[in-house]
Order: sequence, then structure tokens, then C-alpha cells
Amino acid sequence: MAEPLIQIENLYKVFGKNPASVMTLVHEGRSKEDILAETGHTLGLKNINLTINKGEIFVIMGLSGSGKSTMIRHFNRLIEPTEGVIRVENTDVMKLSAKELEQFRRHKMSMVFQRFGLMPHRTVLDNVAYGLSIQGVDKAERNGKAREWLETVGLAGYEEQYPAQLSGGQQQRVGLARALCTDAEILLMDEAFSALDPLIRSEMQDQLIQLQEQLHKTIIFITHDLDEALRIGDRIAILKDGEMVQQGTPDEILLNPATGYVEAFVKDVNRARALTVETVMKPPARRITADTIGEALEQMKRIRGDYAYYVSDDGYQGVVTQQALEDANSETPFEEVVEAIPHVAPDAILESVIPETLESQYSLPVVDEEGELKGELSRRSLAEVLGDAESQTAAESSDNRG
Amino acid sequence: MADSSWLTKFPQMDRSDLLAIRKSLDSAYRDFSREYGDVIESFFDPLLTFLVWFEKLLLSTPWWLMIAIIVGLVYAASRSWKLCAGVLISFLLIGYFGMWNDTMRTMSIITVCTLVAIGLGIPIGILMARSDRAQNIITPMLDVMQTMPAFVYLIPVVMLLGIGKIPGVIAVVIYAIPPVIRLTNLGIRLVDREVLEAATAYGANARQRLLGVQLPLALPTIMAGINQTIMMALSMVVIASMIGVKGLGQPVLKSITNQYFTVGLLNGLAIVALAIMFDRVSQSYAKRTQRHMEGVQNG
Repeated sequence: MAEPLIQIENLYKVFGKNPASVMTLVHEGRSKEDILAETGHTLGLKNINLTINKGEIFVIMGLSGSGKSTMIRHFNRLIEPTEGVIRVENTDVMKLSAKELEQFRRHKMSMVFQRFGLMPHRTVLDNVAYGLSIQGVDKAERNGKAREWLETVGLAGYEEQYPAQLSGGQQQRVGLARALCTDAEILLMDEAFSALDPLIRSEMQDQLIQLQEQLHKTIIFITHDLDEALRIGDRIAILKDGEMVQQGTPDEILLNPATGYVEAFVKDVNRARALTVETVMKPPARRITADTIGEALEQMKRIRGDYAYYVSDDGYQGVVTQQALEDANSETPFEEVVEAIPHVAPDAILESVIPETLESQYSLPVVDEEGELKGELSRRSLAEVLGDAESQTAAESSDNRG
Repeated sequence: MADSSWLTKFPQMDRSDLLAIRKSLDSAYRDFSREYGDVIESFFDPLLTFLVWFEKLLLSTPWWLMIAIIVGLVYAASRSWKLCAGVLISFLLIGYFGMWNDTMRTMSIITVCTLVAIGLGIPIGILMARSDRAQNIITPMLDVMQTMPAFVYLIPVVMLLGIGKIPGVIAVVIYAIPPVIRLTNLGIRLVDREVLEAATAYGANARQRLLGVQLPLALPTIMAGINQTIMMALSMVVIASMIGVKGLGQPVLKSITNQYFTVGLLNGLAIVALAIMFDRVSQSYAKRTQRHMEGVQNG
């Protein structure tokens, strides 16, 4: 699965009249402010290292001025780096000649822009077919393909309109269709949904996730919105002032923020919607496998609780309480003491299991598709994760001190 | 003792020095025009042939056919019956007042001058938009061309090529070309950066970017430049008539020297009618090509 497609190594970008001249200062580790004051050059990106795998949505997140838009323009060399290596599938992008770079841009990558970047003088259909027309594909073929993609993004019937006649959301769908129409393997999305209003934005996010399930593109997505990053990203990199602060899966970033900066970001995130049961559950300690009441009582004593999950060879069956075991006589069939209670799936979003967790008097068993007991979700651990993030991080940092 | 008269009187160059400079410059230029005048003239021969042919064509076409063609062109460009009616009436009046031939001559030279100005001006404008250095060099030249009194550059042109159509065309083009150059440059520089970036990101080469994105998006601005160029060419017609360009300018010139007020006014009005026609037609044509900018039309 994790097959690296794009690699970026030691990438630096300095803006100014003579960037090469200040690289020694940069390597000495001088700060951005120092360099600006001393030489008038702006350090845009500093020592970026990234590996992006085939088929994943890689989100680069940062606030304005963090260098994220500069970053994404390095992948197809719309901006030339001052130093560093960019490799896409064994092609050293930095070594491509002007002609080769054109071919590379035509076939390997396509891009979606924040303010759409549509050609106002071309119809929607011609806009979608633009990439193919640049490649010299003949009109009938490219229009046919463009029509298909327009239909996929839900804009059939708008072919002959001009971009100015569409709403923002529709225009960005045209932008998306244009990017998909070239069949490029890599999709660069520069704050693609940031200019849209919240409702349309979440619609577009859903559509992107849906499309990705069928297309398995490699998507590099830039955003300033952490909720968006957590929602669509397989992995997230956080940029601050041109430096990479943290890289990881959404859960890693939410649960283990690397610096105070990331922590401050993560604080406001709706964790209930961002985390899955899997990341919060505890390993299943209360498990009994006996199939007679006597043995079950034995096991129950060992785990020191008043209830346990009964797991047979066929997987999870239900919950057994100490009370029920004691009340039962030796003649009672074992199945009768097993009580069925709701269980939850490991990949369920926390928000969706809150009611069940609160209603149940036991910790909820977490059971996967095969019926295996994976863990247990207690009210307490749920409260810990969803509780005030600040007090939690405070507790963590005091732990670190201690 | 130092002579302090320089405090009260500007320390001028010696009269004899100035004279020497003038003489040497003038004679150098005269030598140059004697040496190369013929070569340069023959360089413009094809243009002259075309000018003569075009003027003859306009003059030999029967007036009713000419009016039909003009009104047809106006309709094709503007799709406006009102404008067509206005053009029809003006041409009937022009003919009725006996200015038909002069008007045809003026139209022919304006058309050729405009074509030459566009043909030279747009590429120069593109060059300026591409390179800041070219812009820095060309901008002051355009300033000189626009502010230098036209008579001043008539002198060397006449010295070089004599009196006639070609010097007239050159003078008119020098005077009228700056707007189309400036506005082509401006139009291309104002093209939305993100749209151009999108074209680059999809692998468009320089030619595809220019023809597919920059020129079409700069077109409204370029059209405004062309419109200005036509207007300036028309206003230059009177001055150009001083060096032998036939047309509506010559009767105006004659009426200045002879104080014929009515002749001057009529010919002046004919020039105004032509100017309004060219202006409205080119503007409504430009507007028609930009209909996609109008935004949501059908809700």
C-alpha cells in the first residue's frame, strides 16, 4: 500500500534578488527575521522533507504566510526551489528541460486552484477539455471525455455556459472536472474549497472523498482549515513559517500534537467528529472464554470485575454479569446468562456512538466485521478524549514535567 | 577679473558653435537621405502599390455599391440597425455635398494606417508585456512620439521620402500607434495571474499561453487601444495633407489659407462622421466579443 510516489528532500525556497547568496546564512540556521533584516530576502520554505505515497490524500496545512501555497507550486515547478530535490516516480523533476517539464505537467499532474483559474472566454466544456486541447487531442475525443467528467461532477447540461454564469461551487466543480479530464495520476489542490461557503464546501469534500474511492489518485491538498484536513486527509503535514512542524495521520496529530503550535490548532477541533472508536478504545481486559457457569465464575474472579464479555470460538457473543452467574444454578444453560448489549465498530466516528455509550451501564464492546472483540469503550475514556482539551493538555504537560 | 555676467544672463552656447552643430547634423542627415533615400523608398514600394490599389478600388466602386458594402460591414460588426441608419444617412449627405471622392481617399488611408499600426503595435505591445526591460526602453519612446509636435517629425520624413502618400502614412502611424502599443502591453499585464498559472500548470507552452489565454483576455483592452489609434489617425489626416496626402484634409487646409469657413466646416464634419462611425463600430464589435463576461443571464 505505502508505495512512495513523490519525494521531496531538503527543499529550500528563498525569495529575493539573489537567493543563492543567502543560502549560507540559511544553513547556519539563522532565523527568517534575521535574514530578512540583514539581506532583504524572505525565507519561504526551510528544509522540507516529504514522502507522499501512491493513492493517498496528503494534506498540507498551515495558516496564511506559512508557505503552503509556495510548497504546492514546487511539485510542478510553477515555482523553482532554491535548493532541494523533487522526485516523482524516479523522475528528478529538477532536471527536466523546459520541453520535458511541459510534457510532465500535461500528463503527470493536474491542478485545482483556490479562485478556480477558469478561462472566462471559454465555455464550460472547453474549460474542462483545456488540458487535452493543450496536449493536441482532437476535438471530438476531448469533448466526449469532457462531457463524461462534467456528468461525473454533476454538471451535465452546463456545457455551453460560460464560467461567469455559474456559482462558485459549480465553478470549482468545473475546475475539478478539468483536473480529472487529463487522467493525470497526481492532483494538486491549492485551497480548492476555501473560497466556497461552508455548506458547499462540505458537499465538495464529500464529493472528493467519493471520487477518490473510485479513482485512487494521489492528491496533494492544501488548506488552512484543520477540520477539512482531518476530514479528507490520509496524512497531514503542518507548516509554520515555512517549516514542517509535524507530519502524521489525523489521529496522531489530534492525540499527540508535536508542538505548542499544533496543540493550539488541535484545541478547537471537534474531536467527536474527527476521531474513530479505534483510537480511543482500551484493549479488552474483561474477556471470558469459558462455556460453563463454574468456569466462568472462576475467570470472572480473576479479572476482578462484575461483568465481562463472553467470547466463544465464533467470536463475540455478549456480556455476562457476575450477578447473573451467581443467580444461575448448574442446570441453567450458559446461553441464558449471556446478555446481548449493543456493540460498536472500530471505524465508527465517535460522535455516532456517544448515545449508546452513555446509555449503557457497561463499557461498550468494540467488535469488528469478523465478529472479533477488539476492545472496549468506556464512558470514562470517551469523556477523557472529548473533555476540555486544554485541561487535558495541561495534565499531559505536567506529566512530562514529573 | 572674472566676468560675472553669467549671473544675469544664461551662459549660452556660442552662436557659431550652435550653427556648426546644426549644419553638421543637417548635412549628415541630407547625406544619409541622398545615400539611402532610394533604398528606403523601394522598401516601401509594396505598401505604396497597395495604397494606390486600395484607393483606386474605393474610388472606382459605384457609390451605391460602396454604401451597401459599408452598411453591410457595419451591421456585421455591430448588429445594430440604428448605427446602420446613421452611417447610411451620413454617407448620403457626404456624397450630396460633393465630398465623396475625398472621403473615399481618407477612408483608404485611414484603413491602411490602422492596419499598419495594429500590425506593428500589437507585436511591440506583446514584447513590452514580456520583458520589463523592453517596457523601460519603449515607454519613453512612446512618450516622445505622442508629445512631439507632428510637424517636427514630418521634416525628416519628407527629407527622406519627399512628398506623397508613404510619408503621410509614416507620419500618421507614428502619431497614432502609441495607444495600441500601450494598451496591448497593459491588457496582457493585467491578465488574471491565476488563469495564466492554470494554463502553465496544464503544460501550455509560451505560444499556447499567448494565443489561448493572454491575447483573448487582453482583447477588450487591446480593442480600446485600436479604437484610440483610429481616432488619432483621423485627427492626423489634416496635418498629413500638408505633405501631400489627398483626402478630406486638403480642402480643410485650403479653407484655412483662403478663409472658406463653410468648406472647412463641411469637410470637418465629414471627418467627424467618419470618426464616429469607426468608433461606434469598433466599440460595439469589441463588446459583442465579450458577451461571456456579462455574468449570470438566465438566473
